[in-house]
Amino acid sequence: MSELFSGTVAGLSAALRARKLSSVELTETLLRRVENAQAALNAFVTIDREGALAQARAADALLATANPPPLAGVPIAHKDVMMTAGLRTTCSSKMLANFVAPYDAHVVTGLKNAGTVLLGKTNMDEFAMGSSNETSHFGPVRNPWNLDYVPGGSSGGSAASVAARLCPAASGTDTGGSIRQPASLTGICGLKPTYGTCSRYGLIAFASSLDTPGMFARTAEDCGLLLNAMAGHDPRDSTSLDRPREDYTRDLGSTERQPLAGLRIGLPREYFGAGVDPDVAAAIEAALAEYRKLGAITVDIGLPNVKLSVPVYYVIAPAEASSNLSRFDGVRYGHRAAKYTDLLDMYKKSRAEGFGAEVKRRILTGTYVLSHGYYDAYYLKAQQVRRLIADDFTRAYQQCDMIMGPTAPAPAFKIGDKTDDPVQMYLNDIFTIAANLTGAPAISIPVGFDRRGLPIGMQVQSNYFTEARLLNVAHQFQQTTDWHARAPTGYAS
Amino acid sequence: MALTLDDVHRIAHLARIEIDAVAAEEVHRKLLAIFAMINELQAVDTTGIVPMAHAQDVMLPLRDDAVTAQDQRALFQRLAPAVEDGLYLVPRVVE
Repeated sequence: MSELFSGTVAGLSAALRARKLSSVELTETLLRRVENAQAALNAFVTIDREGALAQARAADALLATANPPPLAGVPIAHKDVMMTAGLRTTCSSKMLANFVAPYDAHVVTGLKNAGTVLLGKTNMDEFAMGSSNETSHFGPVRNPWNLDYVPGGSSGGSAASVAARLCPAASGTDTGGSIRQPASLTGICGLKPTYGTCSRYGLIAFASSLDTPGMFARTAEDCGLLLNAMAGHDPRDSTSLDRPREDYTRDLGSTERQPLAGLRIGLPREYFGAGVDPDVAAAIEAALAEYRKLGAITVDIGLPNVKLSVPVYYVIAPAEASSNLSRFDGVRYGHRAAKYTDLLDMYKKSRAEGFGAEVKRRILTGTYVLSHGYYDAYYLKAQQVRRLIADDFTRAYQQCDMIMGPTAPAPAFKIGDKTDDPVQMYLNDIFTIAANLTGAPAISIPVGFDRRGLPIGMQVQSNYFTEARLLNVAHQFQQTTDWHARAPTGYAS
Repeated sequence: MALTLDDVHRIAHLARIEIDAVAAEEVHRKLLAIFAMINELQAVDTTGIVPMAHAQDVMLPLRDDAVTAQDQRALFQRLAPAVEDGLYLVPRVVE
């Protein structure tokens, strides 16, 4: 029984193809787990029992044919920022509480074509703005490792679902760390691919120059299998890159004793200084020791401008958000106030009622930095410092192949601990934001636990378009360690 | 360049978000802390640095100037709070 819900995408896919289990049986098992966990975790906004079982029956029919699609019958969940045709898509906002998407996001279509079964839509920070999943209109998600703690954010529901074995994989989006940070805080893998690899078509936009679709799974191999289905050129997103298709799992599978011989791992001084929790630092050191055993060498590097990534982000992301979220005006879709005097009053009341406090704060921040007289001082300045940060990485990759360090400065914090101090909350993303500013890929993998039993993640970053190699570097670590196989008590059986 | 309470009311109007006096003070307090952090950028020398607007320095793609969109008005208008005869209804703006 437990192999049904603790199975990986690769394992379940193989069992489904070998007809050792049916997708209906698997989907029914996972739907029951999702439903049973909902009261404690609040990981889902919408559970689509009927739709999931219909898709599972269709998948079983495909699995009976000679050539089923690669992920036929594998149940997954989508972050509720992804448009799913005919299914409620809320972005965890009152603004879209009753919004039924009229079409599928590109990555949703990709995973549908690969044969996956959609269990439902996962809870998130409202409009993906947050690092703890506490800004959701539908209430916070709880961390399955300890229900008093946050799962991270903004893709907290997807992360909690995969960690609690409610589904083997789930989609997410990463604008400043919204996949990697929750993956770290819940003890699973989370990949942010190179910007432009996965189309943003059908994502409810937050910050368009940074928003990146990606995924959660328990192994690096599974991340590769999902990326194969999600990547690809899409003319409907003008920033989608037209590159040849590739198999992101192609580098996996080396059985050499030192499969990573010669790999140069850069250790940025700035990621190992004060402010990093001692348990996190110890777990990262232990993981690096494991990498040395696998044949890698470590080199000290400097990323002197990375400390500026948080202030840069909090200019660029709110600026883009204030523009993107201007579409919610109570006219064409979304919440409209019940009482108003004229058109302006209708806009103002609809937006005041429809958006939560964090979203409003970011819209106001963005409006200010783009307003007359401040554009050069803030927005242009931030774009210039963004260039300095990207240049740091270009220089670093002349000395190393991968960059490793903590994903977040500390493990999960208690629900409510940081809600009144936005700057403290923002500093959670100090190590993850740079990869959004540069657009290069990065993954968080589980590497241990702190003294309270909360998971610790390590971030592995690499240069543009090197996902296949990045995934193998994570995969090789998972061949000799079992952190990724640990399940939270209460969700292990 | 310190952000004032008047600025909060001004930008809330620009952003079309109704805000009352109590909420404005709370927002003002938090925005001051956020801008104290953002203002670290002012100390950085960026003379001659080309702004980076995007992760990939690629040209925006062009397509043929041909109609590609299909008429989905009925589908999209099902999402609207108020429609009539294929039009979106809003409060009267012209007397």
